[in-house]
Amino acid sequence: MPGSIKDRVAIVGMGCTQFGELWGKGPNDLILDAVNEALADAGIEIKDVQAVWSGTLFSGSGGRTVSEALRLQYVPVSRLENACASGHEAVRGAAYAIAAGIYDICLAVGYEKLKDEGASGLPGMENRTNTHYQSSMPGVFAMMATRYFNRYGLSPEEGKAMLAKISVKSHHNGAMNPKAHLRREITLEQVLNAPIIAWPLGLFDCCGVSDGGAAAILVRADMVKSFPNTPMYIKALQICASPTTGRLVTTYDYTHVEEAYRAGIAAYKEASITNPRKEISMAEVHDCFSITEAVTMEDLQFSPRGGVKEDVNAGTFELTGPLPVQPDGGLKCFGHPIGASGIRMLYEPYLQFRGKAGKRQMKNPKLALAHNMGNEPYAPVVSVCIVGL
Amino acid sequence: MVGIMSYGAYVPWHRLNRGDCAKAWGGFAIPGERAVAYYDEDSVTMAVEAGMDCLAGWDPRSVDGLFFATTTSPYKEKQCSATMAIPLDLRRDIRTADINTSLRAGTTALALALDTIKAGSANCMLVLVADERQGAPAGMLEQQIGDGAAAILLGNKNVIAEILGSYSMSDELAGTWRSDVDAFVRAWEDRMVLDEGYSKLLPEVMSGLMKKSGLSPKDFSKVVFDPPGDPRRHARVAAELGFQPGQVQDPYALFMNIGLTGCAMAPMMLVAALEEAKPGDKILFAGSGNGADAFVLQVTDAIQKPSERRGLKGHLESKMAMSNYNDYLRWRNLVPQEAASRPDKQHIRLSALWRERKQLLGLWGVKCRRCGTPQYDNGAATTGPIRVCGVCLAQGDFDDYNFARKKATVFSFTQDNLAAVVDPPASVVLVEFEGGGRAFFDLTDRDPAKVEIGMPVEMTFRKVHFDRGISNYFWKARPVR
Repeated sequence: MPGSIKDRVAIVGMGCTQFGELWGKGPNDLILDAVNEALADAGIEIKDVQAVWSGTLFSGSGGRTVSEALRLQYVPVSRLENACASGHEAVRGAAYAIAAGIYDICLAVGYEKLKDEGASGLPGMENRTNTHYQSSMPGVFAMMATRYFNRYGLSPEEGKAMLAKISVKSHHNGAMNPKAHLRREITLEQVLNAPIIAWPLGLFDCCGVSDGGAAAILVRADMVKSFPNTPMYIKALQICASPTTGRLVTTYDYTHVEEAYRAGIAAYKEASITNPRKEISMAEVHDCFSITEAVTMEDLQFSPRGGVKEDVNAGTFELTGPLPVQPDGGLKCFGHPIGASGIRMLYEPYLQFRGKAGKRQMKNPKLALAHNMGNEPYAPVVSVCIVGL
Repeated sequence: MVGIMSYGAYVPWHRLNRGDCAKAWGGFAIPGERAVAYYDEDSVTMAVEAGMDCLAGWDPRSVDGLFFATTTSPYKEKQCSATMAIPLDLRRDIRTADINTSLRAGTTALALALDTIKAGSANCMLVLVADERQGAPAGMLEQQIGDGAAAILLGNKNVIAEILGSYSMSDELAGTWRSDVDAFVRAWEDRMVLDEGYSKLLPEVMSGLMKKSGLSPKDFSKVVFDPPGDPRRHARVAAELGFQPGQVQDPYALFMNIGLTGCAMAPMMLVAALEEAKPGDKILFAGSGNGADAFVLQVTDAIQKPSERRGLKGHLESKMAMSNYNDYLRWRNLVPQEAASRPDKQHIRLSALWRERKQLLGLWGVKCRRCGTPQYDNGAATTGPIRVCGVCLAQGDFDDYNFARKKATVFSFTQDNLAAVVDPPASVVLVEFEGGGRAFFDLTDRDPAKVEIGMPVEMTFRKVHFDRGISNYFWKARPVR
């Protein structure tokens, strides 16, 4: 590896808005509310920020949207878009600029005003010829579930039960999170009896459509003493973009995400992790759908291939288990305001490391992993960010 | 010797019990059922299907021209035969023409193709005939009309039926019509139309041709001509000409199972006759509408050659009963419907469709010369023609590879209730083609309850989008018919 970000950049302040159907808030509100909390947390003012990276897919135009919302005074602002991995991409831009020695204090902000689309789902994606198959995002991921059940010999009932437990677990955690969109516990029966969105995925297998914003103040690691709070260091930040051959060639099994596996390997190497299941204290992964979380456990080597069911049944990923996953409720409960999600996933470890996670507080977390995934399982961009004390 | 070298047919999979129309509106139900083009079908897609059926086992590059006959062209200005030449994989240096506006457009196209070959301008002409006419809801025409297509390949060697002679007549009578602002077929009082039109015209054209050819009814094994809305008139014409009932190609089988298929009716009946024909048979064939065209056919030994075609028989047997009449209204966009709460599709980019016409309309992919992997990309966000091999990363080292006629199996699927489609759920499949290659497609003509991994599918040419008057055609998968 040519270089490493490990321990060179620290996050000294973070902010996160309430996620939900924020009818009364616009993109500027999401940006300002998240950034104000992060600034106050870091004990700095906006004028101290030297450069800004923002992540949004639908809700902005260039760097100007953020600059305008904050009335930034002539500092550089870049807008990065990497589909659902846009939030991590913003962090990456800021972190790399600091590691390169260009800036000392940078802001990464992610936001998305999805509820302005007037539709129950994501807005339309680019499709030049309109010859694309007519499947929604739930449908695209549902096909991974169909294939997973087939490959590992799960009957539809067994498969759906495995996925349902994942959603029940995330809702349990989300119910304890005041900033989550969906804060109600659900039962296995509710999940299994819910209307089908795209077979075999039902309503509770899908994350919500929400508005939200999240922000992080990043600084040079040797500056942390000037800031009031416990710093959270970036240990690894890896992105893997797909050659998008999964839909072309017959070798792809559609029961795993190769890019997640590879981004995980690269991140573990960068963070010097040899046994992720043991060394990682908690994970926030891109659970846009329950099946996504299931295969991500295998891709990130938390569970053996085809073996996530055993871990789900054993409660491995529950808040009280050995490797809590989605302690904040995940996309399942926060919803997925696309550009915001990657930074929201870092907000939870930031709180956990500082002992500020309330009812969700874990004992002595040391290393956390956040996994962000854009586009479809056969052609994604995946980011893996590892943070720690 | 100019004649028919091959033939094909297409009938939509969905059939509507005519009783369901009467249930909805009251009144009289014609017995039987009618074929209903699915919401993604039109006269262009049905004609392409018939053309593929006709060309099964033939080299499409040997075809010198394509005439498309229909009264239900999706365009008033823009040629459909030029579009259809690509999915059928015809050459670029061919003659194409659309022949429209008359119910005898099919036989007219046949006569023109025949003359083109006789004149030496071509050796081989493909005639495709399809109609998707509409009677206004609650009317008898709605029950009578059906959708379907026929294809006839004409040429000057290895013919299965030589065309010995032809004869045409023109007749001015506004019996049925549709102006450029009418969605539905209109008709004058049928007694006058039948008395002064059909019942005079067909005897006149057929006896005219027999006189010209020196033949009489006893010389024919079969007489094939289209029926009017009142099929009893058909039998009366045959009897008047002196044909015995056993000589008459009975229109009832088509009428009862498919309906009156407009300008495709006579050619589809000819296909039915050819399916039963024996060497040496003579067939008198006629089609009518604002005049009439008639032909004398002589069946040859070549008719016994086995063929891969599905034909009319195969299509008749493969069907799905529609569960209700409402679906018909929905598929035809005849009642306003609440739109799905989904974002609108983006506008068609005609330049992109033009640039990728071979990949999209022709379903052409590539096969890597280095690693041998067939690959197809369905026109998604960034792709288009594949320029870098997805396996060995070789650049531009490909042979063209056609997926349209490949069988495939379902690798994974979903039934998507969120996607905005006319007939939910959206059945979407990831398929693997025989011989390699994988791609996502919409699955059409399917029973959602019967879709499973490993299910065999085949490719079918469909209309996938309509925007600002443009019909966007592409391929879908369907369970093998």
